[in-house]
Amino acid sequence: MTMAAASAQADMADNSGVQAADALVKLRSVYKTYQSERGNVLALENVNLDIRQGEFLSLLGPSGCGKSTLLRCLAGLERISSGEVWVRGNELAGPPEDLGIVFQRDMLLDWRTVLDNVLLPLEFLRRPTKGYVEPALKLLETFGLRRSADRYPWELSGGMRQRVAICRALLSDPALLLMDEPFGALDAITRDNLNIELQRIWTQTHKTILFITHSISEAILLSNRVAVMARDPGRIEEIVEVDLPWPRTLAMRETPEFIHHAAAVRKIFERLGAFTG
Amino acid sequence: MTDSALTPPLTKTAPASSLRRWWHGSSRLRFLIVFTVVVLGLWEWGCWVTGVRSFTFPAPSLVWRELIADPVWLAQNTAYSLGAALAGFAISVALGLLLSIGIVYSRILDRTLFTSLVATNAIPKVAIAPLFVLWIGTGIESKVLMAVLVSIFPMVVDSVVGLRSVDPGTLDLARTYRGSNLQIFWKIRFPGALPSIFAGMKVAISLALVGTIVGEFVGSNWGLGFVILQSQGQFNTPRVFAAIFVLSVLGILLYQAVDLIERRAMPWHVSHRNRHDDH
Repeated sequence: MTMAAASAQADMADNSGVQAADALVKLRSVYKTYQSERGNVLALENVNLDIRQGEFLSLLGPSGCGKSTLLRCLAGLERISSGEVWVRGNELAGPPEDLGIVFQRDMLLDWRTVLDNVLLPLEFLRRPTKGYVEPALKLLETFGLRRSADRYPWELSGGMRQRVAICRALLSDPALLLMDEPFGALDAITRDNLNIELQRIWTQTHKTILFITHSISEAILLSNRVAVMARDPGRIEEIVEVDLPWPRTLAMRETPEFIHHAAAVRKIFERLGAFTG
Repeated sequence: MTDSALTPPLTKTAPASSLRRWWHGSSRLRFLIVFTVVVLGLWEWGCWVTGVRSFTFPAPSLVWRELIADPVWLAQNTAYSLGAALAGFAISVALGLLLSIGIVYSRILDRTLFTSLVATNAIPKVAIAPLFVLWIGTGIESKVLMAVLVSIFPMVVDSVVGLRSVDPGTLDLARTYRGSNLQIFWKIRFPGALPSIFAGMKVAISLALVGTIVGEFVGSNWGLGFVILQSQGQFNTPRVFAAIFVLSVLGILLYQAVDLIERRAMPWHVSHRNRHDDH
């Protein structure tokens, strides 16, 4: 595809897209194939998606639907096979600047204290860490971790460790936060608490967040929009707007409006046959 | 009961009670002491009862007499062996680390160097020791080289395993923040490999001592290996036992030294974790 054709297609997509001008990230006709022993596997098929500035967008889908692949492509950890990814008007080549990332596993380094773990990305970004110690401590404070700053990861519970990982992603004040099933390995109560804490951080900072989950209620609780994904091949099936009021509470999950949204999403999966295998 | 009623007897028996406390404090040490005394006692008793000749199997008292007969000479020979073993160990650690880094980062080195290292490890290195004496003489160099040769293999193998077994997730994290290869090495790979590296060092320190003694056996005028060989030639078996005793103490101390450095270097590691009581 030539550059002219590419930009023409992007323009077309811009004109047809909703609020595309506000998009921080644009994906256009993104394909991703893996080579495997059984031949090529299509992990992502024709993904078109705008992530708007300041929105909380969830990617929701069953295992193997390519949601993690999509995130890894956005983080510059993997190359797309064809199509285009634009971040703030620049075509993506490698990990974008201004990015924070949280994985399902916390990836804390055993030999670093909590504080030093939080400062790690700034060391990689070659920023002087001295000026970030105070902000780091303040950030830890907001997650109730101020007193654990000098502890080592193995002294913390799973929920605390994941909070540290979120602090680590937030400290460089990134415009875009990618979260790959960050609470998937936590128990339900810790997960609920962290959902509320994450919502608080989002409403305070209005960062653009791409959040991956396979929990329908988690996606609806946190998001402006939910991109429902399907598998074989991995694709975005439908994008659901969640027009519930903010701030959202855990109790809201029992309201008719919430249940209505959850049912709508579940119907998409039913139509796709996700529940019958 | 008041304090004054308690204090006088305590102060009177202070040395004895602190000794008693020490005795009761470490059950492992207590067991070790009792065990050693019993074994030595049986050994001594057995030698006198059976009337076995001292050049066949000497009693502990005779070995002890040899140990203190010429302490300066024994210390000099011990220092010689210790120096050669430590030099060999140091070279082995430094060279082993460099090689393993090369092997981990270069596919060519992995295929050539690592493969040939594994192949040559199958040669009994003791068999090549006479060659070293032929090539570089009977000086300390041939002992150091022997120590390096024997101890470098576990060093390289363990370091390679350690450097390779880095969590791919942490590498993803580093790449997301555009960390350079050098940063990734120093901040992630190397600290993560330390447990394996120290495991290799613990094997290497013992083997370095073995290599030194083998080197001394083949040709030397100094060292504990020389003492053993010379005394054996003179049928002075108690002195052979004395040298072996010094050697085993040396081996234990060197191992403990590496263990101590390990604890200092990575207090965070699972094997050294002591949970604080304050939470």
